[in-house]
Amino acid sequence: MKLRRSMLFVPGDAAGMVSTSFVFKPDTIMFDLEDAVSPREKDSARLLVYQALRHPAYRDIETAVRINELNTEYGPKDLEMAVRGGADIVRLPKTETAADIELLDRHITRIERECGRPIGQTRVMAAIESASGVVNAVSITRASPRMIAVALAGFDYLVDMQSERSGGSEPELFYARAAVLHAARAAGIDAYDVAYGDVNDMDGFLREVMIAKNLGFNGKSLIHPRQIKPLHKAYAPSREELAFARRVIEAAEKAKHEGLGVTSLDGKMVDRPVIAHAELVIRRAEAA
Amino acid sequence: MTELVQELATQVPDLRKLEAFAGAAAHTPYLADPQAKLRRKLCVSLEDAIRRSGLRDGMTISFHHAFREGDKVINQAVGKMAEMGFKDLTLATSSLLNCHDSLVEHLKSGVITQIYTSGLRGKLGEAISRGVLRRPVQIHSHGGRVNLLQSGELKIHVAFLGVSCCDEFGNASGSQGKLICGALGYAKVDAQYARSVVLLTAELVPFPNYPASISQDQVDLIVTLDEVGDPTLISKGAARTTRNPRELLIASLAADVVEHSGYFRDGFSMQTGSGASSIAATRFLGEKMAEKGITASFALGGITGGIADLHAKDLIKTLIDVQSFDSDAAESLRLGKAHIEISANEYANPTSKGAYVDRIDVVILAALEIDLDFNVNVITGSDGVLRGASGGHCDVAAAANLAIVVAPLVRGRLPTVVSKVTTVITPGESIGVLVTDQGIAVNPKRPELAKRLLDAGLPAVGVEELHRRAIALTGEPEPLRFLDRIVGVIRYRDGTVIDVVRQVDERA
Amino acid sequence: MDILKNAIAGTLESSDVLVKVSPSQDGTLTLHIQSEVIKQFGKQIRATVMQTLEALSVSAATVVVSDKGALDCVLRARVQAAVLRAADATDLDWNVL
Repeated sequence: MKLRRSMLFVPGDAAGMVSTSFVFKPDTIMFDLEDAVSPREKDSARLLVYQALRHPAYRDIETAVRINELNTEYGPKDLEMAVRGGADIVRLPKTETAADIELLDRHITRIERECGRPIGQTRVMAAIESASGVVNAVSITRASPRMIAVALAGFDYLVDMQSERSGGSEPELFYARAAVLHAARAAGIDAYDVAYGDVNDMDGFLREVMIAKNLGFNGKSLIHPRQIKPLHKAYAPSREELAFARRVIEAAEKAKHEGLGVTSLDGKMVDRPVIAHAELVIRRAEAA
Repeated sequence: MTELVQELATQVPDLRKLEAFAGAAAHTPYLADPQAKLRRKLCVSLEDAIRRSGLRDGMTISFHHAFREGDKVINQAVGKMAEMGFKDLTLATSSLLNCHDSLVEHLKSGVITQIYTSGLRGKLGEAISRGVLRRPVQIHSHGGRVNLLQSGELKIHVAFLGVSCCDEFGNASGSQGKLICGALGYAKVDAQYARSVVLLTAELVPFPNYPASISQDQVDLIVTLDEVGDPTLISKGAARTTRNPRELLIASLAADVVEHSGYFRDGFSMQTGSGASSIAATRFLGEKMAEKGITASFALGGITGGIADLHAKDLIKTLIDVQSFDSDAAESLRLGKAHIEISANEYANPTSKGAYVDRIDVVILAALEIDLDFNVNVITGSDGVLRGASGGHCDVAAAANLAIVVAPLVRGRLPTVVSKVTTVITPGESIGVLVTDQGIAVNPKRPELAKRLLDAGLPAVGVEELHRRAIALTGEPEPLRFLDRIVGVIRYRDGTVIDVVRQVDERA
Repeated sequence: MDILKNAIAGTLESSDVLVKVSPSQDGTLTLHIQSEVIKQFGKQIRATVMQTLEALSVSAATVVVSDKGALDCVLRARVQAAVLRAADATDLDWNVL
């Protein structure tokens, strides 16, 4: 299963960054055609991202495209490009309702059919950026079999809430984080925490990463390559966690071998969720 | 007295060459004049100094480059010589930088007809690549320059040495006074080998001036100039570590390579270049050293502020300094706490009886190009024009236990890994590892090193694979076209010819 | 595709390319290239630009390319953008890109 710790935003119009971002090896590259690109350059950025999607350098990295909203003049064209270009994921900004996802799904299916891409291959990520989005999160995450992840976009959400970041443990994001996470888990998809805007504040970034990780977020939206390594490091299990995970897997295999349904380790029950968690820990350790 | 000498000559014929005593000041007339005795070396102007130095057409003049891009000595001195009508001079500088563009007119007019240098940049490099000099320029390394002086090929008639401060007798320093440049490692050598030594000082200080990098017993003439160096350009860069994420990625990987190289243990010795990735690697290495409780016994250089910082944190015991790359390094030398100044001879001369480079475990160097045999080019740019410096590159790479080259795999559209470098400065046999932002390549001559790095999980692939990746991005470059005419000779540190630079072909 | 007006795309930033497309004076296709890497990649840049123009069925235009070390994929994208702007084209035939 794919690790989705780091999603690096790359402005779709920045030739230099588009040409080189693959060297940083984030888990996912997000080409942004929305907020990062001025209206005058949306057409040019679209063409640049298309070239990038089809370039061998990006073949081995999961690619995502943040299209403009479908009710703008840009969105539908962005979508054509992203699906035809072979993007792994389309990120829909400002998702408010399940109907938004359903509409997107229908369009993607049409485009896949027209260009001969296997139907269903293009996945979808919903970005939740408002109170409505948070409140509808449960139906949004279930709205399509294409759904692979949901991301909370902090800045716009707080504006919508008439609130702002307070630093520290940030109670103003707590409900949104919890709601989005629950919706993601109930639908069996991944969840991304908000982007951290101050690239020079590594301490603040790491504090927020630990909050997100402890809540259960799979990963975080990143706006600068220098955030990737610290994020991966924070998600890497400690030596003790890894050792325990390995013992769990060993115990589970032994139990299976002996025909036992459930076993115990150090007085703790080793059942399916514990095994799944151990597998996740090992995967994170290997990727770090 | 004369009768005595005659009698001596009669008894021992081969002593007839000896002279008879003719007074205490016969051979040192200035001793008879109390003023002259003390102040005889002082000149009233640059012109006065040049005149008194005995400079004639066809002679060799020398300068050092410790003032870096802030140097004002070379342009002023050569400009004055041009004014005075000198011709056919050989210019022997430890290096030349972008600030020396104004020398081009003196090449065109025949004031300078031959150059020995470690580096060429800017319009000067371009002009030479376009064939402005009739004789090819001699490009040498820092150690190699001393070798040329010792072998006699390079004979300096007059050395013009810019210093931060000196007294009226010539005790001079680059790390004391108001306008410091740091270590005078190259100047020290010129002071030793030149027939006539002229100091151009920013500041005349009371006698005796110490600590002195250049001693009074080597100095002929002294002149105080208004401008010896531009402080804003000398003091450049309190080695602020780069923020460029690609340079940081390379630096981090380079530090990982050092960590797993087998040489990373308490008491190891290191050197880094002044490039952005090298400086950043210093910082990452420092973090690992602090983590693992490893202290370096010494760092050699080209000392950067980054190295000086680790020294201040007690992670490096001693700094051995031939040139201070920035004001932080110069300041550290001024304080002089386990930070010593050495000459280029002590630094890197292969024919000296002991060169510090021989004692280096690990060095991190830059490259403009590196080829499938690991040969490195740091002198000619992407268009074949002279734009860089040999510097200490081949010296320390030849002698160190491990030479690591750091570079982005691709610069814009230019591949750094090429099938054959345009110009060889350092032969591939001296290079251990290449570290790029898209993978690392270990010289096949070091299989134990390759195994160690792979076991540590580092992304080591063959250099051919890195080349393939680079070309896959950029496309295969057309080979550069040159004319047959040789405009530069690359001298390896032992004086042998390792490569040549030809005139660029201007036709489209 | 017919070039109806002047248009530019791209920038002079490092690794990018500025492409200017304008209507042809005499019904021919003329291409001027300026690049820091003209010696090594001039031929390839020309080939990429011509291929891209041909794929868009542009037979008459004046094209000026100011390259700052852009990879081929960036060059292609910027030429396409400039042509589509100059042709006032809103519909894209993705098969030719």
